[in-house]
Amino acid sequence: MSMTLPLPTAAPVSAAFRVALFEGTGAETLEPQTRGELLTDLLTKGFPVSVVKAGANVAETSSGTLVVLGCFNEAKPDRAESSTGVAVHFRDVRNTNAVDVVALVDAIRSEANLPKPGAWKPWFPVIDYDRCTNCMQCLSFCLFDVYGVDADKKIQVQNNNKCKTDCPACSRVCPEVAILFPKYRHGPINGDIVSEDDMRRENMKVDISALLGGDIYQALRDRSAKFKSRFSKERDADKALEERTKCLTKLGQQLDIPAEVFASLPSFDQIRTKAAEAAAKAQAALEMQDKN
Amino acid sequence: MTATPLRVLYCNCTYANVVPKATKEKVLRELAASGIPFDAVPDLCELSAKRDPCLKELAGEGGVKIVACYPRAVKWLFSAAGAKLPEDGVEILNMRTETAEDVLKKVFAEGTP
Repeated sequence: MSMTLPLPTAAPVSAAFRVALFEGTGAETLEPQTRGELLTDLLTKGFPVSVVKAGANVAETSSGTLVVLGCFNEAKPDRAESSTGVAVHFRDVRNTNAVDVVALVDAIRSEANLPKPGAWKPWFPVIDYDRCTNCMQCLSFCLFDVYGVDADKKIQVQNNNKCKTDCPACSRVCPEVAILFPKYRHGPINGDIVSEDDMRRENMKVDISALLGGDIYQALRDRSAKFKSRFSKERDADKALEERTKCLTKLGQQLDIPAEVFASLPSFDQIRTKAAEAAAKAQAALEMQDKN
Repeated sequence: MTATPLRVLYCNCTYANVVPKATKEKVLRELAASGIPFDAVPDLCELSAKRDPCLKELAGEGGVKIVACYPRAVKWLFSAAGAKLPEDGVEILNMRTETAEDVLKKVFAEGTP
């Protein structure tokens, strides 16, 4: 290609999809307002965009699909391939409004069989390894198989898509404030600096962790048995439901856990099994650490 | 001042309302109006979750100003995607806590981060 795009270096990975607003050699400079509208609409629809100028210093595109948008001085092929295998699609956007440009880009994404961006709210834990002590509390605690260990028995987030949207509960059991949810409202869970006060609160959380990690199940079972007996006498299903709702609402408020998470909890027996499995995994990882 | 011009990476935090809308809109508008080349991503969290290979390219070898949210979050989002940010030459500007004016002043300030 004759254009001076800051293209490609490495092996192709089909998942990468980027858009370049090209204003370099062979293309006209966009009006600031047009550039702004295109950027806003493309970003809102979930597409990474680079504003590219002659001799531009932007990130290279080394794999996948690159859509180059611009007001070109010469006709461009609809599709070309870079020397490293990046599929490059050119589209002249002269006299095309931002909505139609987004549609053009989305059509290319669809042709490339890439998933529509934004289908899932990216909510998942991120581990701050500067703080993490590999204590495995998160692994023991999470019932949704989000955590696991790598070959070196180091804790890691393995199934971030299994995390329950808006639930930061595991970060609340971490004694080191090492679990972040960048989209959470409050610090330090959102990544804000961890203060001394936060650490004091974390020390209290260890107790909550013990409660939630083990005793809570027994407590809930006891509670359930107690109320089952009472309700079986009263035969009032509405009251039982009301009590259950109250209990879950209170727990949810205290830990900022969305109601949907409680709704998706497994049965007591499944919880018991999962908790035992997670605890065994964590224990095995800890023993391996001790050996090493 | 570094010999290599600095890169700018802007995160639009598209899938949450945690960055003040007015701040991110103003920063994006001014970046677009300035005519400088820059990279913009809809949501760093999404790219990190997908382990999108473009994060490695965006991290580069430093000399980058990242306009996003809390530095601790940004650092570990890149790391989680296997695209560790370089120790030096990265400046992270936080649109959750800083005003658009302050962010822009730092973006357009000369010098290596």
